[in-house]
Amino acid sequence: MLTQIVTFLIFFAVIGCILYGRRLIRTEKVDAVFGNPERALGGTHWVIVGSSFLLLIWLYYSWDIAKGFYPKSANELCQVAKVNDSLLGLKYQFPIEERELKSTSQIKKENKNLKKISIEIQNSEDLNNQQKIILINFINKTNQLIPLLTNVDLLENETKQKIDGITGKINFLTENFQKPDYPFETEQELSERLKAVGEEGGWGITKVNAGSGTIENTIEVPLVPATDRGLKFHVAAQELNLISKEFFKLRNHNPEFKSKIKELKESIKVYRKDLNDNEEVASSYAKNIVKIARRIEFASIYPPNALNKMQNAIIKFDEAQLQAQGGLRFIDIFLFPAGTIIASGPSCSEQGSGRWLPKPSDTFKKFVLMSKPSVGYKDIPLLWIKMVDVSTWIGFILPDWIADVLPGQYPVHTKDGIVKQNFKGAVLKVVTGDFKLLKIPVPYGHIWDSFMRVFLGLVFGIIIGVPLGLFMGLNRFAKGFFDPLIELYRPVPPLAWAPLIISVLGIDNTGKVFLLFMVSLSIMIISARAGASGTQLSKIHAAHSLGASKKQILRYVIFPNSLPEILTGIRVAVGMCWGTLVAAEFLAGTTGIGFVENVAKKYFQYEVIWITIFIMGMLGLLFDVTLRKIIDKTIPWRGKG
Amino acid sequence: MSDLISQNLNMIFKTPKGEKVHALKDLNFTLKKGELLTVLGPSGCGKTTLLNITAGFIRPTSGSITLNNKEIDGPGVERGMVFQQGALFEWLTVAENVNFGLRMKKEDPIKTSKRVDEWLEIVGLKGFGNTPTYQLSGGMQQRVALARCLINDPDLILMDEPLGALDALTREKMQSLVLKIWKETGKTIILITHSVEEALLLGERLYVMAPRPGRIHKEYNLPFASMGLEEDLREIKKNKDFSAKREEILEMIWNMEEEIMGKEI
Ligand SMILES: Nc1ncnc2c1ncn2[C@@H]1O[C@H](COP(=O)(O)OP(=O)(O)OP(=O)(O)O)[C@@H](O)[C@H]1O
Ligand SMILES: [Mg+2]
Repeated sequence: MLTQIVTFLIFFAVIGCILYGRRLIRTEKVDAVFGNPERALGGTHWVIVGSSFLLLIWLYYSWDIAKGFYPKSANELCQVAKVNDSLLGLKYQFPIEERELKSTSQIKKENKNLKKISIEIQNSEDLNNQQKIILINFINKTNQLIPLLTNVDLLENETKQKIDGITGKINFLTENFQKPDYPFETEQELSERLKAVGEEGGWGITKVNAGSGTIENTIEVPLVPATDRGLKFHVAAQELNLISKEFFKLRNHNPEFKSKIKELKESIKVYRKDLNDNEEVASSYAKNIVKIARRIEFASIYPPNALNKMQNAIIKFDEAQLQAQGGLRFIDIFLFPAGTIIASGPSCSEQGSGRWLPKPSDTFKKFVLMSKPSVGYKDIPLLWIKMVDVSTWIGFILPDWIADVLPGQYPVHTKDGIVKQNFKGAVLKVVTGDFKLLKIPVPYGHIWDSFMRVFLGLVFGIIIGVPLGLFMGLNRFAKGFFDPLIELYRPVPPLAWAPLIISVLGIDNTGKVFLLFMVSLSIMIISARAGASGTQLSKIHAAHSLGASKKQILRYVIFPNSLPEILTGIRVAVGMCWGTLVAAEFLAGTTGIGFVENVAKKYFQYEVIWITIFIMGMLGLLFDVTLRKIIDKTIPWRGKG
Repeated sequence: MSDLISQNLNMIFKTPKGEKVHALKDLNFTLKKGELLTVLGPSGCGKTTLLNITAGFIRPTSGSITLNNKEIDGPGVERGMVFQQGALFEWLTVAENVNFGLRMKKEDPIKTSKRVDEWLEIVGLKGFGNTPTYQLSGGMQQRVALARCLINDPDLILMDEPLGALDALTREKMQSLVLKIWKETGKTIILITHSVEEALLLGERLYVMAPRPGRIHKEYNLPFASMGLEEDLREIKKNKDFSAKREEILEMIWNMEEEIMGKEI
């Protein structure tokens, strides 16, 4: 429903904006000549056209338009696929989609094989003449099997009747298939089917209920036929399966053929038994000849016109089913670009761009679902709040040995099995955080974890990098001393450090925060240093003349003067940290946005992948916009000094 | 004795290439308390160097310079400096800039804010206290720089082309302001300028310096500064004596410049 509305909105927006844009061009000021940058100003309508096109392409290629306008088409096409699949084996017997009869091509193929072997045998140096004569004899006998199958006079009446029977069944199916009330479903069958349909859900994510199961296992296209048309195909496919099974069970083996092939097999068997171990070549040739004979035996080779009626019946049914597809065919051609459902056969999955390009509507629904704290991803919400007692932090900050160094012993249980608390024990409870104080809400979840890692890495980088950078910008010793250190690790891509750091500091937060600290540290040092060494000498002179001490000059002149550089450095560092973090979370970890994407990748959850991409983009943008706002607020003098 | 005395002052710069530049050679002069000295000279004759040495930003190669009998060996509050481009702290407001020196001395902020207001009124910036300095015009910035320097009550005020970047009208107003402040406070002032008129108008004494090596070429004692306190500055410019002096000095500097150019060719 939403998709339909959005599609229409986009459609009209594009048309409207293009018309508006064309009118603007006509009424534009004459003095805005080509090349004048002002001509490129204020083109919101073109922005709308651009983003609408993008969305439209997404909607179209993810098959969301098909889903929005024809939500049942996928299920129906899946039933058509079933029919196609069942019909395929039968169709292959005839020149319907092939050039020649299956029998003809089989005979051609086996003749070729026999010829090839006979040439090989005649030219072989490993065989003596006697062997050659025997083997060629086998080949001739195999060759003589074929006419026994293709001779109409030899065709048994029983086989003929069976073929007629199968043809009759196909014709009967075709007849029934064209009836509007086919397949004559009973009330009970109907209700059972509808129940199954309800349980299976619709195409893509149509049922959004809580419980983490839904997120991981959503079927692409429902298998159970939901519509009358679908049911028709579904039942026909089942009947066709039976018919085709019956046909392939049928063997055109008349008594003469049977005795001839038995004789051949026996004589080859005997021949092979009598061969010595060193006559392996002859044995293997004989074996190959038997193989060909067997292939002829099971190849469903019939006399040239024996299956004509059946062929006609199949063609008729094919025409009937094509007709019954009706508009479905055009939906498949036009609304399922770059792929189709029919290609998947009876497995009912999307094959093509609809598979890896998630539908906007599905993505949106999944995002809504994942945002629910009870669902989240891998049992952890994306972003939520939990109540945490302040005591946990107190326990974390206070070292446990405080209790250990107190005089006395920890309480020991008495013979009655009672533990009496004493002072030392009580202190231990405090320093381990085992008490209740007051609960405050704390955010947590994948997004929060990623955010905190970047934040902490950045804060440590700033706390250490800025003073160090300023120091290096002002002091020859500091510059000389720390420069080699920084220049050694800075040019290395941060991710190159990741395996090392993660193996030393662990895959959890410490390692990642340290990695991000390394990233931000070098950036902060360099920007602070540039800020410090870029201070105008006259300002420093002025401050000296005004009686400022060294410390005061650092605090009141050099630091504020470097602030633009430092803040720009922070902005760069945030971007770098964000990029590094996601990649680091890809490597290892159990939470974070990068982790979510990595897991989603493993299970081919394309919607989740796109959602994480979206979240990361939005968060990155949010950071940047926030920092830009902060920069504009704190250093309005930037570039005006 | 609160005079500025320079004895055999020499300044030789070494460029990174190893060349030596004799920026000042054997400079001897005495400036009495309350005098206003203007310094003129072609570009590169060592005016800024002289001022930087006096301010204590650089040490002379040889010779000595004393203020109040004390050797100058570093920057100090008793010598205030006003720079060509103001060198204001753009992250502070006008009032905070003016207050900077007092704040560094950790004086009581309530008392200092009163003095800041007084000084802002003197330099004609009343009501601009909370304006960020980057929103000020060039002339206003120079006035802030002046107030920032004067509020510290220095014995000696050093000005390096303070009015060089201003338009003619603002410049004239600022010249009157400098004269007014000079009269009211009785400070010793050294003012460097490129404008002969300005040097004549403001200077009680005037040094014309010559380049390579930098030295005092000629010294004048002038009446125009005292006249300027009462009369309109434009009237003084019409004075015959004034124009005669102006022509004389202009010719002198022209000759020096020609000499340099000739040398270079
Ligand atoms: N740090 C330095 N290193 C080397 N040479 C210097 C240095 N500072 C100044 N000089 C040289 O000393 C001479 C005097 O310079 P100074 O800046 O005092 O000239 P000025 O009279 O102020 O010129 P202007 O009127 O253009 O400001 C110049 O030749 C200059 O090249
Ligand atoms: Mg100069």
